[in-house]
Amino acid sequence: MSDNSSNDAYWKANVRIILISLVIWALVSFGFGILLRPMLAGISVGGSDLGFWFAQQGSILVFLALIFNYAWQMNKLDIAHGVDEE
Amino acid sequence: MSQFAINLLFVGTSFALYIAIAIWARAGSTSEFYAAGRGVHPVTNGMATAADWMSAASFISMAGLIAFTGYDNSSFLMGWTGGYVLLALLLAPYLRKFGKFTVSEFIGDRFYSPTARIVAVVCLIVASTTYVIGQMTGVGVAFGRFLEISNTAGLLIGACVVFAYAVLGGMKGVTYTQVAQYCVLITAYTIPAIFISLQLTGNPIPALGLFGDHVASGEPLLAKLDAVVTELGFKEYTAHHADTLNMVLFTLSLMIGTAGLPHVIMRFFTVPKVSDARWSAGWALVFIALLYLTAPAVGAMARLNISELMWPNGGISGEAVTTQQIENEAEYDWMATWQKTGLLDWEDKNGDGKIQFYNDKNEDLQAMAAEKGWEGNELTKFNRDILVLANPEIANLPSWVIGLVAAGGLAAALSTAAGLLLAISSAVSHDLIKGALNPNITEKNELLSARIAMGVAIAVATWLGLNPPGFAAQTVALAFGLAAASIFPALMMGIFSTKINNTGAVAGMLAGLTVTLVYIFLHKGWLFIPGTNSFTDADPLLGTIKSTSFGAIGAAVNFAVAYAVSGMTKPIPQEIKDLVESVRVPRGAGTAQDH
Repeated sequence: MSDNSSNDAYWKANVRIILISLVIWALVSFGFGILLRPMLAGISVGGSDLGFWFAQQGSILVFLALIFNYAWQMNKLDIAHGVDEE
Repeated sequence: MSQFAINLLFVGTSFALYIAIAIWARAGSTSEFYAAGRGVHPVTNGMATAADWMSAASFISMAGLIAFTGYDNSSFLMGWTGGYVLLALLLAPYLRKFGKFTVSEFIGDRFYSPTARIVAVVCLIVASTTYVIGQMTGVGVAFGRFLEISNTAGLLIGACVVFAYAVLGGMKGVTYTQVAQYCVLITAYTIPAIFISLQLTGNPIPALGLFGDHVASGEPLLAKLDAVVTELGFKEYTAHHADTLNMVLFTLSLMIGTAGLPHVIMRFFTVPKVSDARWSAGWALVFIALLYLTAPAVGAMARLNISELMWPNGGISGEAVTTQQIENEAEYDWMATWQKTGLLDWEDKNGDGKIQFYNDKNEDLQAMAAEKGWEGNELTKFNRDILVLANPEIANLPSWVIGLVAAGGLAAALSTAAGLLLAISSAVSHDLIKGALNPNITEKNELLSARIAMGVAIAVATWLGLNPPGFAAQTVALAFGLAAASIFPALMMGIFSTKINNTGAVAGMLAGLTVTLVYIFLHKGWLFIPGTNSFTDADPLLGTIKSTSFGAIGAAVNFAVAYAVSGMTKPIPQEIKDLVESVRVPRGAGTAQDH
């Protein structure tokens, strides 16, 4: 295992990526899908509005992007900090 | 060939396939029984996780709940997919690095306490058993329909099949069988959806058709649907009617619960590497999203089809469907077949030979009803859980599609029930008996106790499934609340905090589980026994918070209690700090060690 200071930096970087991802996660679902829906009511999407689209389609697509982005970023981070699996 | 014979053929063939795979991959050692020897590729694992995950609730029940409520039930869509983000970011890679077999093993080791392990086992069994009840509800609906018998008889037969099936193979049998089940269930779900989307919107992709134009009227599909349902006195489909606080808490409970359900987490123990655990969660969601992006289209289109079938002559201002049409015309055959299950019924209350379907509680329609001599809604019973299975019949699709959907519905219910039974049995035999009561148990007896645990779990679930606390998806939602309040916070704090000690974790889990369980029992009856409840979800104890939404609050209680108690008791020892440090970095993740 590598030294502790490098592990700390690795962990901090990881937590940062997680926090950013979770902000987006909450924004598209609880935000656009539910709480901010009235604000998006003006943007119409096929017979309803953008909030409805986010609640039934958009949030799921963003979740997918978030997970793959996380996996990709973490693999880079693992290598950069020398903690990847041999 | 009759529809019954076709259903039997599709269901029979798919079952033969699953059983053949289960026998071919029959589990030998305990390591294979639980975790398939850790040789599963991320894509394969993702597909199996998707089958494991998408249960009777997703396949059979969810689109029906969305169809009859509209936007307000979007919580199911966001909640059951959003949980994978939490799983992939907060739990899966670290639990894989830890490298043991079960969720409770992690909790027991991280919180250096056999008590914590046993408490985790109890939480796991409570959540999983509740979940199996929901599955059995779905199994009853599916078997009832395809054998053309009552819901109760269908449930009893289904229970025997699930048991035989889960006992046959362990995880490995289950892993490869579940890949086959995924293929069956996703084909079965999407093919009718594509047909119906083409009929209604001309677009072969249901998710796009939902936001496209309705061919017959030229209006956007959702606008047309809103117009049709409001005309019948129901709430506007796309509008937000639900209490916002409850909707947010419900969605959050489903998300946290997803990440706390042991049978899903267990999946990530079976990938070879930590980085694979991250990809695996993504692949699982890809396969899940194929169904979840289609489900809202299925719901909306079915709702439109049903409304138009009941009012075939220009909506509510024209004439309703006649009982003669229902008896004689092919496009109404589904009503007679579903009537046999006892889940659909109608009654010509005013004796005019027609079946008026409308919202008789809507005051605006009462004047019109009085004038026309209607005596209330005559489509007296329409169980939400039948919608997906009846959907291809409602849309008058070819009979092979109907057979395929029957097979798909059963695949969904079976695969999840088997995965849950495996989680319950490993909790009892591996964590409770081997881990705490009798560490010297032989491998043979461990497998035997695992199978006995499965038997007991399915008996309890079947008995409760006869009087379920809600539709399949609602019962399952309760299981998510329980997992959210107990397992997820303990796992997350175990990885992300070095402050939480043994006493704190145990107190947190017990507080979260107890408060959530009590809240659910107060609304759904003690041990789900009907009539023993003091409140209902229509008028809940705390403001507008329904029992299905309480999991998020239970989780908050868990976190708060764990932090408070840990602050007052002895800090965690150095070797546990080292354990947490090592779980946080991927390097050094070998194969799992049994102990």
